[in-house]
Amino acid sequence: MGSTIMKKAGIIMIIGSLLLLGLFKFPLWNIMLGAPQYPDPLGMNIYIQGIEGNEEFDIQNIDGLNHYIGMKTIPKVEEMWEFDVFPKVIGFMVALGVIIGVLGFFGKVSYKWFLGWFVLMSVLGALGMYDFNLWLIDYGTDLDPKAIMAYTHPDGTPMTYKPPLIGYQKMLNFDVDSWPATGAYMIFVGMLLTVVAFFVGKKESKKVA
Amino acid sequence: MKKSINILFFLAIAAGLVGCNNGNDRKSGKGQGGLATNAAERVYVAPGEHDEYYAFMSGGFSGQLSVYGLPSGRMLKVLPVFSQNPENGYGYTEETKPMLNTSFGFVPWDDSHHPDISQTDGVLDGRWIFINGNNTPRIARIDLKNFATEEIIEIPNSAGNHSSSFITENTEYVVAGTRFSVPIPQEDMPINEYKGNFKGSLTFISVDQETGRMGIKFQLIMPGFNYDLSHPGRDKSHGWFFFTTYNTEEAHSLLEVNASQNDKDFIAAINWKKIEEYVNNGGGKMVPANYAHNVMDEHTHTATSTMLKEVLTVNPLDVPGAVYFLPTPKSPHGCDVDPTGEYIIGNGKLSADLTVHSFTKMLDAIENKKFDGEAYGIPILNFEDILAGVVKQPGLGPLHTEFDDKGNAYTTFFISSEVVKWKVGTWEVLDRQPVFYSVGHGMIPGGNSRKPFGKYFVALNKITKDRYLPTGPELTQSAQLFDITGDKMELLLDFPTIGEPHYAAAIPADMIKNNSRKIYKLAENKHPYAAFTNSDTKVVREGKNVHIYMNMIRSHFNPDNIEGVKVGDKVFFHITNLEQDFDVPHGFAVIGANNAEMLIVPGKTETLVWEPKQVGVWPFYCTDFCSALHQEMQGYVRVSPADSDIELSWSLDED
Repeated sequence: MGSTIMKKAGIIMIIGSLLLLGLFKFPLWNIMLGAPQYPDPLGMNIYIQGIEGNEEFDIQNIDGLNHYIGMKTIPKVEEMWEFDVFPKVIGFMVALGVIIGVLGFFGKVSYKWFLGWFVLMSVLGALGMYDFNLWLIDYGTDLDPKAIMAYTHPDGTPMTYKPPLIGYQKMLNFDVDSWPATGAYMIFVGMLLTVVAFFVGKKESKKVA
Repeated sequence: MKKSINILFFLAIAAGLVGCNNGNDRKSGKGQGGLATNAAERVYVAPGEHDEYYAFMSGGFSGQLSVYGLPSGRMLKVLPVFSQNPENGYGYTEETKPMLNTSFGFVPWDDSHHPDISQTDGVLDGRWIFINGNNTPRIARIDLKNFATEEIIEIPNSAGNHSSSFITENTEYVVAGTRFSVPIPQEDMPINEYKGNFKGSLTFISVDQETGRMGIKFQLIMPGFNYDLSHPGRDKSHGWFFFTTYNTEEAHSLLEVNASQNDKDFIAAINWKKIEEYVNNGGGKMVPANYAHNVMDEHTHTATSTMLKEVLTVNPLDVPGAVYFLPTPKSPHGCDVDPTGEYIIGNGKLSADLTVHSFTKMLDAIENKKFDGEAYGIPILNFEDILAGVVKQPGLGPLHTEFDDKGNAYTTFFISSEVVKWKVGTWEVLDRQPVFYSVGHGMIPGGNSRKPFGKYFVALNKITKDRYLPTGPELTQSAQLFDITGDKMELLLDFPTIGEPHYAAAIPADMIKNNSRKIYKLAENKHPYAAFTNSDTKVVREGKNVHIYMNMIRSHFNPDNIEGVKVGDKVFFHITNLEQDFDVPHGFAVIGANNAEMLIVPGKTETLVWEPKQVGVWPFYCTDFCSALHQEMQGYVRVSPADSDIELSWSLDED
């Protein structure tokens, strides 16, 4: 069974998938830490290949502050398997999306494949967020028992320091902002385009039928 | 006795003239400004806001350079230059001690006078600021990225380095003139053989445009007058330099009388381009000398002092057409050039008038040989032929003139204690305001360039009296800020200053504030004793010298327990601040140190020497409240008897 040639939908699918390449250049997530003593907030940009400071020495300075409350240092590339696997997964999904787009362009696959790619990507994305949140929990709660400062909540339980997955939170003297960054917006737009490709492809197929 | 009576007579006349000038419009200084106007609003810089200008005020007899914000008059920093500064260890640490080396040995103090900011095309560029040490002749260069003294060069054959440090309009040269003439070369001779035998040197120091490095290009050996102040020509007169002189009488004693006899002294006009060309073609005479050149390396954070052994001198008679004298009435003090470069103002401090020379007329007089004799072979131009105009009876005791960007000049009057605004070209007096009290220099941001920023005028006053709450017999100095945007000058603010702020230089904050360094990068630290990691920390004995390679980060020293030091040892604490965060310096102080503390900014390594004299266990600690655990930032050195055989050991967090 040959499918319809879907020129427009195929191109949209290809563009949508390619937008994911932005993750190799732009950060996925950004966490900023401001405080009275930090009018220029410290910040970290989370890339799929690793974590970098917003400014040159931010990571070192965040680690320096975190050692007071016994947090682990921010992971280096070699300390988390995610920084090895995530780029491969994204690379694979880009390639897959482009192939599906090209095949769709020449009418070798149906428009449903576009949606299929989107569903797969959504599942992977959700898993990624879940994993990210696990890391944040671990980072914010697995504290050195010899920590210099051991604060407690009013109910007497030890204070933990998990940054918000998304949004704003006041933590001790710090204002913490955690928001998607450029890379995340590029995935969002890219994935949205693959859905557009699905509907456009559907329309193109119907016209012919 | 007769001479004393003369002085009294003069002062009596002076007082009378003050009365005449100011009789009707004299205002009470008390409560002036502020109340009747919105002056308070105009100097108010809200919490967290920044000032519009950086003002660099000479620290005078503190030897330093102070940094103020305008219009608030808030002091931002005192930059150590010519004097030791126990507050941060400048001049006490091993790295900075060479900065204060001279041919007289280590000189830990000076009298700083005239800051001048570097220029390009006659406009402030904010790369460096230069300032002179008056007592032991030196010129310092302060980098305006690091806000730190990077270089000091001693000036040989000079004494009372006062007509300094003024720069040419592309910072080609920083110029230093001697106030006191001396035997050149120095020799053992009777003082009363001064006349004809003592000489005055005018030194042209070239500045490398990339590094800022200074080197004496040549010294012009002039007749034995007192070279008081100077300024470069600019724009059309670029290539010339002008120096006021007094004591053309060549008196050597009781100068207050004997150097005030001639009706006219001179402004020396120097065509430095002509002399530069002469020197570049092999002219001049290299003579033996001995002077220190001290340079701070930005990467090792360590200064080196080199003694230089010769200097190129130029006899003005060997370069015809390079040097002329402009007769100027009554012991002129300030020598100021307007932004167009046309007018050269001689502020005759014992005169009631202000003399203005014309550069164009000067060139014409030279061309047409309109001479009025000569002094030691140097042609004296005819006074009438070079005169541009006279500001008639503006006040008493004119000292200095600054310029705005609208063609107005502002002259300070010491005796009549006022600032007088007058029009350049018409010589008409436009306004006068009293100052409290007895103003020396005045300063307009960029006032020594082609492009002044004519918003504020700062009067740098010599006498304070009752302006602030009394603090015993010794008072702070006082500055006053005027708004000069209107027709009349308006007093906005008094603020205290350190030392005696002779002169000042100011620049729009936007031109430098974004370049201001926040930290030194550890990756660029090339200090031979730096300890970047915990494995770099160690203690090494070399005979009686014990070198401690230590580092510090919030909130501990590594190592913080040291044993094996003995009485009679010389202990070098080489400490690296591992912080790479803005405004996290750590201090270091150890009990019984005979020098000072040191304050180490992030990324730097500095060294303090400690010579323990008593057996015991002695603490050291961080002096700068660096963090919540600052009080915990401490350590101990065990000092054993000189004959002890305890081995050196060091540790952090070990039992």
